Amino acid sequence: MVIAQKSMKLIAVLIFAFFPLIVLADNGGGHDDEKEFNASELINGHIGDSHEFHIADWDGHPISFYLPVILWTDNGLTVFSSEKFHHDNSGEHVVEVNGEKLVRENEIIYYADKYSKLSEDEKGAFNFDARPLDFSITKLVFSMLLSVLLLFILFTAVARSYKKSDKAPKGLAGFLEPLVLFVRDDIAIPNIGEKKHAKFMPYLLTIFFFIWVNNIFGLIPFFPFSSNLTGNIFFTFVLSFITFAITCFSGNKDYWKHILTPPVPKALYPIMVPIEIIGIFTKPFALMIRLFANITAGHIIILSLISLIFIFKSIFIAPVSGAFVLFMSVLEMLVAALQAYVFTLLSALFIGQAVAEHDHH
Amino acid sequence: MNFTAPESLIFWTTLIFIVFFFLLKKFAWKPILGAVKSREESINNALESAENAKKEMQNLQADNDKLLKEARAEREAMLKEAREIKEKMISDSKELAQAEGDKIIIKAQEAIESEKKAALADIKNQVGNLSVEIAEKVIKEQLSDKDKQLKLVESLLGDIKLN
Repeated sequence: MVIAQKSMKLIAVLIFAFFPLIVLADNGGGHDDEKEFNASELINGHIGDSHEFHIADWDGHPISFYLPVILWTDNGLTVFSSEKFHHDNSGEHVVEVNGEKLVRENEIIYYADKYSKLSEDEKGAFNFDARPLDFSITKLVFSMLLSVLLLFILFTAVARSYKKSDKAPKGLAGFLEPLVLFVRDDIAIPNIGEKKHAKFMPYLLTIFFFIWVNNIFGLIPFFPFSSNLTGNIFFTFVLSFITFAITCFSGNKDYWKHILTPPVPKALYPIMVPIEIIGIFTKPFALMIRLFANITAGHIIILSLISLIFIFKSIFIAPVSGAFVLFMSVLEMLVAALQAYVFTLLSALFIGQAVAEHDHH
Repeated sequence: MNFTAPESLIFWTTLIFIVFFFLLKKFAWKPILGAVKSREESINNALESAENAKKEMQNLQADNDKLLKEARAEREAMLKEAREIKEKMISDSKELAQAEGDKIIIKAQEAIESEKKAALADIKNQVGNLSVEIAEKVIKEQLSDKDKQLKLVESLLGDIKLN
């Protein structure tokens, strides 16, 4: 056991120590010596989304895992492999599918004819006139599917082990059950209450493990992980929106009464009621920003530390960067669990406020 | 950061999350939470029954103690009673013996008295008879002489007067 633990530690240290090299490979370093290194480009590329999963570069050629591109164009649904773009991200390579000419620039797919007329300011993900609706299985969606699959396999295995015996849990169940109980006893019951928590337990457990596993996935620096899913604001938007919806739909009469007729003098209503109504939205908004900012910040710090090596163009920075990256990665492991906990805790808190039985005072 | 396609991520996250949520709810959370709950209940029941058994044991112990105490008290009482009975018997028999003795003594005294009386009577009779015999002999002797007869009569008469 001790040897196994030691070797596990060694492997972990080695992974973090070689992290810079993996990024070096990821950056396509070496083959493009004349091009100036751009740290913000590298970082943006890593924390963002993409149509293909870049694994490494080999002999100057990128090796990628090509994901399907699914577009809703003017001519209807169009599905093709992201390989067709030939790694082009500058809007030069025109792809012709289903009677549509498409280009890709900075991971955004435009109609080729409209793209050529766009000014720099008009480009962007929100220009829906110039681009088809994009429902591609991107890198982040792929990584989300992977995490869902892993969690489903893990927890159905645990559920099966309970069917076999009702003795004390061991193995996988012994490892995961304390976490499930933690969510129940330290998050759900204190915030929602003994009586009503059971109804919300599946949701709280799902977001806790979903966020946690995706946080961890984001920290593993190689294929098929490393995607910054929980650091994507649209992902956190969806999760916090679901919390918001559950809070609104399970809110009881007391909750709405407190918002619409708060217990203050009537003269203060013009101030208090709008504040209370804004409060309904700021709470999930804070959830969204918190998770997004924490995870993205962690990724940016790690990537910046690695970029130092390329900025200083010196191999002697590597050990220093490596040490800092190791430290940050360990810290991020903590943050990964912490942010999953915080998101779940606050969701439970908001739900608890919505379903609480108030004593009428 | 680049926003590749907000609609893609929002669409897929919503879809995957909802499907994932319902699948996990059905195949994982319900069985797990159910199993955990039933196990907790069985543990609680076991603890409760252990507690009950302990209480029962304590009750039994208390009962035993009570019984023992009662038995001891009873023994004590019995012994006391026996002692009292013994003493009473002794005192009773003493009294009885006393009374019997007294009775015997009284009877003996009575017998002695009556014997004494009888003896005295007998002695009186004998003395009387002897006196009579002596008197007869004396009289016989004296009556042989006339003077002496007269003297005697006179003395007898004098005695009668004195009586």
